[in-house]
Amino acid sequence: MSEVKYSKEHEWIKLDGEEATIGITKHATEMLGDIVFAELPEKGSNVDKDGTAGVVESTKAASDVYTPVSGEVIDTNQMIVDDPSKINEDPEESAWFFKLKIKDKSEMDSLMSKEEYEKFAKESSA
Amino acid sequence: MSIKKTSLNNLHIKYGAKLVEFAGYQMPIQYKDGIIQEHKYTRSHSGIFDVSHMGQLFISGGDDLTNDLEKIFPADLKKLKTNQSKYSFLMNNKGGIQDDLIITKTSDGFLIILNAACKYNDYEVIKSKLDNQYKLNLDESLSLIALQGPEAKNVLNKVIPGCNSLKFMNGNNYIYNNKKVYITRSGYTGEDGFEISIKHSDTETFVESLIENGSKLIGLGARDTLRMEAGLCLYGNDLDNDTSPIEANLKWAIPKSRIETEFVGSEVLKNQFQSGVKKLRVGIKPDSKVIARGNTKIYNDKNQEIGKVTSGTFGPSVEHPIAMGYVDNSYSTVNTKIFLEVRGKKIPANICNLPFYKKNYVKGEINV
Repeated sequence: MSEVKYSKEHEWIKLDGEEATIGITKHATEMLGDIVFAELPEKGSNVDKDGTAGVVESTKAASDVYTPVSGEVIDTNQMIVDDPSKINEDPEESAWFFKLKIKDKSEMDSLMSKEEYEKFAKESSA
Repeated sequence: MSIKKTSLNNLHIKYGAKLVEFAGYQMPIQYKDGIIQEHKYTRSHSGIFDVSHMGQLFISGGDDLTNDLEKIFPADLKKLKTNQSKYSFLMNNKGGIQDDLIITKTSDGFLIILNAACKYNDYEVIKSKLDNQYKLNLDESLSLIALQGPEAKNVLNKVIPGCNSLKFMNGNNYIYNNKKVYITRSGYTGEDGFEISIKHSDTETFVESLIENGSKLIGLGARDTLRMEAGLCLYGNDLDNDTSPIEANLKWAIPKSRIETEFVGSEVLKNQFQSGVKKLRVGIKPDSKVIARGNTKIYNDKNQEIGKVTSGTFGPSVEHPIAMGYVDNSYSTVNTKIFLEVRGKKIPANICNLPFYKKNYVKGEINV
């Protein structure tokens, strides 16, 4: 069974065995507005927990995308590069950003559950 | 200083605006539809913009007023007919732009529309340059509403009959709710449109009736993407105290009849007209989807820094990133290859013609 967790930087992460799929939350897309550009990490590169692993830009501004865990990038989602508006449409399913081979599963422990994240998102946007 | 609210503040909230502080005012950055939809609706139908934060400066009194204003502004005010408008500048002695503005000749003087962030300073500067001889009224009892887009004329004509006969860059008095409103045909989006100066107490009802006739409220976010596609400057980004109208590629706004005459900054401008300028404002189109925002450094193919971007975004109607900025004059020719430094990478781009989006103005008496 897969485990889904959330970061304070508004990323979600779904872990299936050693494969982690990462994207940004619906709450993040609502704060950003219309997304018009996405940049993803290089396949085969290694990313470190809390490090920059991509960029999203709305009509207004650019924001970094961070990785909530460390690992090797094994896949990236070209669909969101070709059509960044997909991120606004379906941020937590088809518009994922990248997949990692997770280095240390214990890094998942410090992340938030769905309930915790929803509470956090509500408070941080209040 | 407490943050100011326009007369439409409740209406902004009612229509789901995200409010931000801009030039001391609480202003809508966007509404529920978001910037791209708002941008496209303005291009395809009509958008309502609350621009009440801008300054409406009325100057009147005295036969020498036109003469004295020509000592300040490089516009041909003597030739201006009543109700005709011109784009011009308030400059410093170095020819740097302190504000860009629209001057309209009224029945008893002039109306000057000033940028929100500059208006109080402009007022003091103009007042002192006029030696306190005239009546200056920075009228804060009036709201300013812009209605822009191909349907603007039809929508506005239903609410205020007769105004669709106005010509571009011309204004007139109309009646709304038994009170006088002043309407000019102008705007900041690259579309046909109007700006309506109206009493605060009538503004909400007026805007609701525009909405009932099919227009939608548009925030500052889309106002910015619309003006960038139209190649228009934003003061503070694309124009500042260290940039002259010639450098800003706005030479067209300085009539030939004024080049040899005296006004604030005329020495510098005359010199620039004769000898040219070092930097020039240009349009920039990145080859890829990467967006270069303000302050992005510009390089030539030898990796030498040649300028910087002053405005950049994704253009919703041109469906591509767009930017404008200043480059060393020798790189200002259209199709020159340049490189933009974004997040440490050099992104190829080309110098291109402005505007990015072709204008749809209703032509009137234009002498540029």
